Amino acid sequence: MKVAIEVNGQTVAEEVEDRTLLVHYLRETAGLTATNIGCDTTSCGACTVLLDGESVKSCTMLAAQADGHAITTMEGLTADDGELHPLQRAFREQHGLQCGFCTPGMIMASVSLLDHNPKPTRQEVRDGLEGNLCRCTGYHNIVSAVVEASGQEVDR
Amino acid sequence: MSIAGTRVVRVEDQKLITTGGTYVEDLRGDALTGAVHAMFVRSPIAHARITSIDTSEALAAPGVIAVYTAADIDLPPAPVDPVTQSWLADGVVRYVGEAVALVLAEQRYQLADAAELIDIDYDPLEPVSSIDAALADETLLFPEHGSNVMQVNGKEFDEKTFDDCEVVVTRTIVNQRVAPVPLEVRGAACTWGDDGRLMVWLSTQNAQIARTVVAAGLGVGEESVRIVTPDVGGGFGAKVGADPEVVALGWAARHSGRAIRWTETRSENLTSMTHGRAQQNTITIGGRRDGTVLAFRLEVVQDTGAYPRLPFLPILTELMASGVYHFPRVETASRAVATNTAPISAYRGAGRPEATAAVERAMDLFAAEIGMDPGEVRKANFIAPEEFPYQTPTGASYDTGDYATALDRVLEAGGYADLRAEQARRRASGDPVALGLGISSYVEVTAGDDSGGEGGRVDINPDGSVTAYTGSSPHGQGLGTSLAMLLSDQLGIPLDKIAVRHGDTDEVPKGIGTFASRSLQMGGSAMRLAADQVIARARELAANMLEASPDDLELNVDQGVWQVRGAPASSTVTWAQLAERAGEGELSADEWYDEGAPTFPFGAHLAVVEVDTLTGKVELRRLIAVDDAGPVVNPLAFRGQRHGGLGQGAAQALLEVMNYDPDGNPTTATLADYSFISATELPDFELVNMETPTTRNLLGVKGIGEAATIGSTPAVHNAVVDAVAHLGVRHIDMPTTPVRVWQALGDARKAEAK
Repeated sequence: MKVAIEVNGQTVAEEVEDRTLLVHYLRETAGLTATNIGCDTTSCGACTVLLDGESVKSCTMLAAQADGHAITTMEGLTADDGELHPLQRAFREQHGLQCGFCTPGMIMASVSLLDHNPKPTRQEVRDGLEGNLCRCTGYHNIVSAVVEASGQEVDR
Repeated sequence: MSIAGTRVVRVEDQKLITTGGTYVEDLRGDALTGAVHAMFVRSPIAHARITSIDTSEALAAPGVIAVYTAADIDLPPAPVDPVTQSWLADGVVRYVGEAVALVLAEQRYQLADAAELIDIDYDPLEPVSSIDAALADETLLFPEHGSNVMQVNGKEFDEKTFDDCEVVVTRTIVNQRVAPVPLEVRGAACTWGDDGRLMVWLSTQNAQIARTVVAAGLGVGEESVRIVTPDVGGGFGAKVGADPEVVALGWAARHSGRAIRWTETRSENLTSMTHGRAQQNTITIGGRRDGTVLAFRLEVVQDTGAYPRLPFLPILTELMASGVYHFPRVETASRAVATNTAPISAYRGAGRPEATAAVERAMDLFAAEIGMDPGEVRKANFIAPEEFPYQTPTGASYDTGDYATALDRVLEAGGYADLRAEQARRRASGDPVALGLGISSYVEVTAGDDSGGEGGRVDINPDGSVTAYTGSSPHGQGLGTSLAMLLSDQLGIPLDKIAVRHGDTDEVPKGIGTFASRSLQMGGSAMRLAADQVIARARELAANMLEASPDDLELNVDQGVWQVRGAPASSTVTWAQLAERAGEGELSADEWYDEGAPTFPFGAHLAVVEVDTLTGKVELRRLIAVDDAGPVVNPLAFRGQRHGGLGQGAAQALLEVMNYDPDGNPTTATLADYSFISATELPDFELVNMETPTTRNLLGVKGIGEAATIGSTPAVHNAVVDAVAHLGVRHIDMPTTPVRVWQALGDARKAEAK
């Protein structure tokens, strides 16, 4: 079937197998490989992207379900002039990433989190990111990164 | 001014936060255009004879290129001492998840369709699903070996060991099987070139060792294999070398004449990647009522899973058995037994967390028995600072340490006395939410591997920039930044002009890789040697250019120029000018560092938990840590390693376990079932600094990759037991899930009623 999705502001329209997952559409059809696959049970959040501005796990959605919608991936956060999104900057400044595999999903989930709660407490960040797993950081610096990106002071 | 020791944001990050890393699955190069996709068909049964395999229907399915089984693969099996392992199961399957067939298809989604059409008949055998079942030796995994015991170590115990002790406590504790779960699962891509060489892109912790494994498996020379490591999404010990799947893929690429890509699913990863820990340890500790321990005994039974992959794991546990203590008598022994479960291999700490968990639980059990504070008991038995270097009864030679200061600092930072007072108040008032404090004092060994050595190469490029090559294989640790910082300090060349490369065996033919927390001490020392060489050659060249004696020259590292000592600033020469003058390879050095000895990082952790005694639910409230690994190169990365270690260590104490049912079926085979720890279950970490250098390498550093994992598991575990100690509980096996705590409380009540 033909699926047309606006990905990071550009429309991608391709003929794909009906059962194509959104994450595979983004990675193979749109050629954007930041979005990763970390599990097969919607548990790890590595594949998190924004669908019309709301975070979704793209491994558990068919590309067909996103037909006619707008998707934002981590690649779409960087401005055309290369300027980083506050969350991208904060993840680097606070060392909120190590191997980087969970990072695209973690950053996209954080975009959505701050959209709903612009000044979260550290505990609220922890609760908000419960669906995004990281094996490297112990989460401490991820929480700090989100707090910094929200414009609040990081005190630890 | 030196940048080592200052907080430097990582050079690795720009790519990772914009376009994302390039992991194996992200490779889009020409060499893989038109590559077929691969999938392994895995055993659904723990122990069985394969009576027939019919692949005809699968072969006829759309897009299928080939289906291979053991009958096709004409390679001798891999030696996994004292037995062997076929590349695909040959006649018998020994665990759920063991690869039985390999399917190649044009498109990814065709693989699963084809796999379902492969008809495999199994004749079930009795499963050996636990250590006890293995020790019974009634059903054997390898009848030709005659026993499920794969390895035995240690001397017979002396029956008089505990004769002079006023108090002796003994208990068998489980160090449960856990899954490493790097966020990136295993993956590889490979193709045979026209030059007759196999090119493999592999998610691994050490390309060079992977090359050895793959070449040996395929029966070709190492020069016929090139391994390239793209970005790696975490390894934690489980991506050391190359798994048998990679050899099967290399064989299939040769046989089919096609380039192949393979990425496993998470369920495959949880059931067929190696697991860690999996020990059953019997501890016996004896001493005087004043807190002095006189004797300690550790008897390890290591579950190896279906194929013994890492025989040194229980040996390392024995080596580190006595921990930070000056015990007069120590006895250890180990046996390793095969079970019908996924093979066991390294997992963050690899043998040392098990040793620390055993001795730190033993210290708490001893303290509880004599009614003494666990901190005081530890202080009464520490190896004293003046005893270093300290030779342990188990054969380790500890380099440097100050265990009492580490414990004092962590207890002070945590407010230990106040916490104990709060605990007493809650107990007195019958508060159903109990407070628990757990202490762990630990020492571990880094670069303790026998493989020894590491390579480092430094090239000064014509523009005065540096390309450095390391045999280490960072995959998230930020070692590239740390090595660049050291080179920048040494050469006086700014960070942004230094590129650190690794992981391509054609670029870096000799290397050992990243595991055992060895990279900074070994890889960093190798880089120091190489830079020393380059500086020596540059001195000669600069002397020539400045028409001065080499002895009169100095490298001004603040400005990155060579100058004549005491001469006007005008007579200087830059690295770029030197490089322009230098002959091919003249400002280049390739060194191998193998003089380093293992080092022994140490520390102390304090965990604070709340336990709801009505439900058994545990909340980790605080985790305070001293982790001393000598001088710190990049505090940002150093703290990051500690955070990650603390999280993973706490996860084992609280939540994580890889479970099998009595039939050998894994019951935690997805991330919906496996209790991978999340952000909500962890507190902010409180880090306390301490730096005690070592003399055993050129940088004075020790490893930090695994230290905090090793320390935190027993601290959190001890805290949970401490929380309910007043209700009659002495021990709860990990993970201390609500149901286990609740059961322990019920058992204690019943025991009291009797």
